[in-house]
Amino acid sequence: MSRDYLLYKVRTALGRVSSQAPPALAAPMLHIPVIKRDSRVTEFIRHFENLAGKAFRVADAEAAGACVANLLENRTAIASNSPLLAQCGITSLPAVRSGLRDLDQLRAACASAGVGITSADYALSTTGTLVMLSSQREARLISLLPPVHIAVIPASAILANLDELFTILPTPAQQTSAMVFITGPSRTADIEQILVRGVHGPGEIRVIIIDDVTVN
Amino acid sequence: METTIKQTVADPKLQLAIYTATGRLMAKRSESIASEVLPDYQDLRTQANLLKKQAIENLDWYLEQFESNLALHGGKAVYCKNAEEVADFVLGLARERGARLIVKSKSMTTEEIDLNERLEHHGLEAVETDLGEYILQLAHERPYHIVAPALHKTRYDVAEIFSKRLGVENEVVIENQTMIARRVLREKFLSADIGITGANFLVADSGAVVLVENEGNARLTSSAPRIHIAVAGIEQLIPRAQDLAVFLQLLGRSATGQPITVYTSFLSGPRRADEIDGPEEFYVVLLDNGRTRLLADPEKRQSLYCIRCGACLNTCPVYRKIGGHNYPWIYSGPIGAIITPQFHGVMQDPWLPFASSLCGACAEVCPVKIEIPKLLLQLRSDVTAAKASEGKSGVELLAFRVFAWVMRHPRIFGFLGAVAAKLAPRVPKSMYPAALRSWVSERELPMPAPQSFRQLWRKRGRP
Repeated sequence: MSRDYLLYKVRTALGRVSSQAPPALAAPMLHIPVIKRDSRVTEFIRHFENLAGKAFRVADAEAAGACVANLLENRTAIASNSPLLAQCGITSLPAVRSGLRDLDQLRAACASAGVGITSADYALSTTGTLVMLSSQREARLISLLPPVHIAVIPASAILANLDELFTILPTPAQQTSAMVFITGPSRTADIEQILVRGVHGPGEIRVIIIDDVTVN
Repeated sequence: METTIKQTVADPKLQLAIYTATGRLMAKRSESIASEVLPDYQDLRTQANLLKKQAIENLDWYLEQFESNLALHGGKAVYCKNAEEVADFVLGLARERGARLIVKSKSMTTEEIDLNERLEHHGLEAVETDLGEYILQLAHERPYHIVAPALHKTRYDVAEIFSKRLGVENEVVIENQTMIARRVLREKFLSADIGITGANFLVADSGAVVLVENEGNARLTSSAPRIHIAVAGIEQLIPRAQDLAVFLQLLGRSATGQPITVYTSFLSGPRRADEIDGPEEFYVVLLDNGRTRLLADPEKRQSLYCIRCGACLNTCPVYRKIGGHNYPWIYSGPIGAIITPQFHGVMQDPWLPFASSLCGACAEVCPVKIEIPKLLLQLRSDVTAAKASEGKSGVELLAFRVFAWVMRHPRIFGFLGAVAAKLAPRVPKSMYPAALRSWVSERELPMPAPQSFRQLWRKRGRP
């Protein structure tokens, strides 16, 4: 069997025996800078917009809903099952489909929608990154198939950096089968190093940050 | 499409393309690691080196840990010795599930084993979805660069390839070309049965595959089809999820100067009961294909620390001149020069470790601190030893024996020196031996002084 043969070859090459524990590893190097809530928000916005994203900071859930309605213009949208979106009144907007739990329906809806609306579990201020954990509330394809992605997040979800994320989530596999970091619109520079956005994923990305909201 | 070094060097457009692309990547890298923006860059490198060392030197333990954590979440590890075993596994699975169409995201490991050709040979359609890789697949070429595979193609080349293979009228606008690829590939994503990706990292304590990209094709490949197969070399392991805080900061910066790439996916198994989408089946191929041979050498096994960022290619004066297709294998540049001889045996391309100025730029930029110049020297000595034992180095060996004998006999050395001093200036260049003639075509051969140091010393007398 290849498994046993391969492991045997690895052990022989390294001069190790089966189940020999490795030497103890030092604690991971995690530096979490101390940044105040307000600077986290402004830093996040700065980095996010540097990458051609557009961020909107609003006071409360109601304002977030209005902001999304405004951004949709005449496009159709598919929204995730995140309770935050319902709380903002986004799921009851006429152009927005949501509540899908069937895979085939979800795929079809995502493939034809003009906009995908999600929340995000966290955001990272020092890179302008959204962190999304796949779950019954957040499907993977909503932030991936439509040409535009709008994410709605509470300001309290903005962490400092990767190090803080991995301090809060030391083993993400326990929470989800898929954790995705999103930093700006999909892009390529494969032809003559010329930047083109929206090659496979969304070419436009918008974030709405709500200052005062408690997610139910 | 084989090019020779001479053709590459004589092609001004290609030279400009290589020089500009690598230069830009290098400049962006430098900006992104500057001490004002990343003060702990050197600490991160040291940390990354230690973590890879730990993983590689205890690889069997981390492989088993990875396998059991993957199983915990419903994924399956598939150990494969070589290319045939990977192809057999994929073909077997495709047959059982009635799969026909496979979408692929960029993976050097699958390039290494010619997976696409093997699958197509058995009637499966395997489509590359990274834009650069897609262009190369249509053109039947191998990647030119680890990170920027189609670096050598201009928009006009792409227009020609698209009109020949996709029937698109002469489209030379890069944005439009990209959108054509998006449309064609979007259909493939939505109808594919299997998605095959590589893995930038395998995380032992999580049983997770990490994919790093900018386009979103790896996300689509790993989440749209029913089955996801990640093909990874066994050396891609890192101990803990938390170590990604180190590696992700280094990979994007070293590769393209991005603090973090657009998408990073941390995937640990098929979709769970409460999730709506994602693959139903999740396999991770753990490939040897010669890696265990590299492991056996305590010094050279550090070659396996490589995280495929391509920084050593961009900074290498040799790569920047000869490009990616003049290296014997898909791994080009300094990292290619050290891993190719170890995978294939030093005598397959004995010139390779010598094709370096040993300037050390590669070691300076390597995010995991692989001592590339040192390994090149060791490989040179391996080549020389192998040549000697094969009796292939006749002339060179004889020359060095004669030289050693002369050096041990001061009188003869003095006599020959005096003769050379008299004769050398009188010999016309046209009479030089062939090897020397090409050397002096661009240079002047230094002439021996009329009087040697020994002669001057003797005249000066003893104090």
